[in-house]
Amino acid sequence: MSVSQTDFRAALLDADRPAPTGLQDAAARPAGRRFDVYRNNVAVSLTEALHDGFPAVASLLGKTNMDGIAGMFLRAHPPASPLLMLYGEAFPDFLAGLEQLSHLGYLADVARLELALRQSYHAADAAPIPPERLGQTAPEALLAARLALAPALRLRRSPWPVFDIWRYATEPGAPQPQAAAQDVLITRPGYDPAPQPLPPGGAAWIAALQTGQSWGAAEDAARAEAAGFDLTPTLTLLLQGGAITDLMTEG
Amino acid sequence: MNTTIKTLAVAGAVAAALTAATTHSASAQAKEKCYGVSMAGKNDCAAGPGTTCAGTSKVDYQGNSWKLVDEGACTSMELPAMADGTARMGSLEPLDRDIPS
Amino acid sequence: MLDQSARRPRLPHSAGVGYKPQHFADLTSDPGAVTWLEIHAENYMGDGGRPLAQLRQLSKRFAISVHGVGLSIGGEGALDRDHLARLKHLCDWLAPASFSEHLAWSSHDSAFLNDLLPLPYTNATLARVADHIDQVQTTLGRRMLLENPSSYLAFAESTWAEPEFLAEIARRTGCGLLLDVNNVFVSATNLGFSPQGYIDAFPLDAVGEIHLGGHDEQADDHGAPLLIDSHGRAVADPVWALLDYTLARSGAQPLLIEWDNDVPDWPQLAAEAARAQTALHRVPA
Repeated sequence: MSVSQTDFRAALLDADRPAPTGLQDAAARPAGRRFDVYRNNVAVSLTEALHDGFPAVASLLGKTNMDGIAGMFLRAHPPASPLLMLYGEAFPDFLAGLEQLSHLGYLADVARLELALRQSYHAADAAPIPPERLGQTAPEALLAARLALAPALRLRRSPWPVFDIWRYATEPGAPQPQAAAQDVLITRPGYDPAPQPLPPGGAAWIAALQTGQSWGAAEDAARAEAAGFDLTPTLTLLLQGGAITDLMTEG
Repeated sequence: MNTTIKTLAVAGAVAAALTAATTHSASAQAKEKCYGVSMAGKNDCAAGPGTTCAGTSKVDYQGNSWKLVDEGACTSMELPAMADGTARMGSLEPLDRDIPS
Repeated sequence: MLDQSARRPRLPHSAGVGYKPQHFADLTSDPGAVTWLEIHAENYMGDGGRPLAQLRQLSKRFAISVHGVGLSIGGEGALDRDHLARLKHLCDWLAPASFSEHLAWSSHDSAFLNDLLPLPYTNATLARVADHIDQVQTTLGRRMLLENPSSYLAFAESTWAEPEFLAEIARRTGCGLLLDVNNVFVSATNLGFSPQGYIDAFPLDAVGEIHLGGHDEQADDHGAPLLIDSHGRAVADPVWALLDYTLARSGAQPLLIEWDNDVPDWPQLAAEAARAQTALHRVPA
């Protein structure tokens, strides 16, 4: 009797099913607990992958809750690719859909931030422009210019104080979150992703640049969202993060 | 905002950003920010999961159901109401443990 | 059958370790007996960042073995072409001394299960695995090594013993073999055969690398010992003895210490590598 990989896989992810018939020990007795070794390997390794990939979510939930949720998630969404480094893309939405977590509305956004940190960590390298180039370019030309941003840059906008919550969950002694929605910019100066909260309008400016709009048009977008938009702190973060990789002026 | 004011503003912002960016190095800032991640036993920030070819002797494969227990940092975190007075934060009241998954 | 005329760097007949990022600084300052490193291919398939930067730096000093854990060579379905392309990209960029994969499956119906799952040893499996290895070797333009698995159970339908099965795959495809002596010991204990008898039946002239790792001990439903290939502790004494038995017959080989879980500090891992190096010194030239 032959055991198909379809049968094997079905039993692997469902502990209520018996081990497939045709799997045995040396004395030709049913495999029993021997099959559970494979069940364990899959469930434990993917649970650990989710703990590793979402340390802030795990800290917020505690180990028991995280283990339980991971057990359900890995069965509903096993990895689609052997690149485990990116596993968990569906985890934020999965968390958002769990009724038992509906009182923790911020959790999915914390997971989205952690996913973005991981994507940033593995993103392609790109050399930033020398910051002086901005100072050497006429303001009129800057306003008409478009910017190329580093592949490791990520922007996460949230109605929650998601940066503060992430920090509270991962950094011993971090302050309690403040009462404010937070947009988070992730840059990667060198090899370590650095998340930073953005001032009002900053995320709109960067998001417009990401879609290929000119510096000036991006400023208009930022002012439409935050009337008193001040470019300085956001531009400072981009420069510090080595996130501007090209300045495309016309002509 | 007219064009002249715009160009003046952008020149000022660029000058200020160049000064700020050179006085506080980004890598020092990045190190600070990654402290929490490093504390979790990782030497590199946000490296996330990797593959291995090893098995495990830990026993944990049952999980097709789960009940929320009262633990984790979310229980000690005080999340104030939003500044604009909406209730988007949700409640941090203890959890209903009887909802099946 | 692959044309093997192209000359390539080879793994040295000395001790290597599975690379863990936490050992980067130690490896660059005090590698001890370690002359080569093995990496898991899938952990270096990102677009950039620290993993690839470290690998670039390490490859200047150490010979590198790329060890795949996600190709699912024993899978019933076709090989994942995207994954194979990623593997080719990595091997073209890194030009490693060796590429190896497992006699196992890990993906099915577009799900990757992150474990090396077992295969029945039948003519149908043999033909499928040989086809997949041909495809890998043709795509990569190089000979690969195939590793013997750790077994926790057997398939009633199997008609081949594992050493003969692997010998036939090597004969048909021209691939080499990666002999994991801990896996031999684990499987022999779990399935009640003689580990020395397995080595005697193994086509040692096809071996291009030997693995050593730690295992845990549990029991099955009948109280019989059930060893788990956990790579979470030092290599067990009977496995060192089986290594000596093997080396006396195979001659010197590249020897790798695998330690993937509860990874120790560098000095402890370096001591394991030194012990492997000592075992090599006992091999007659």
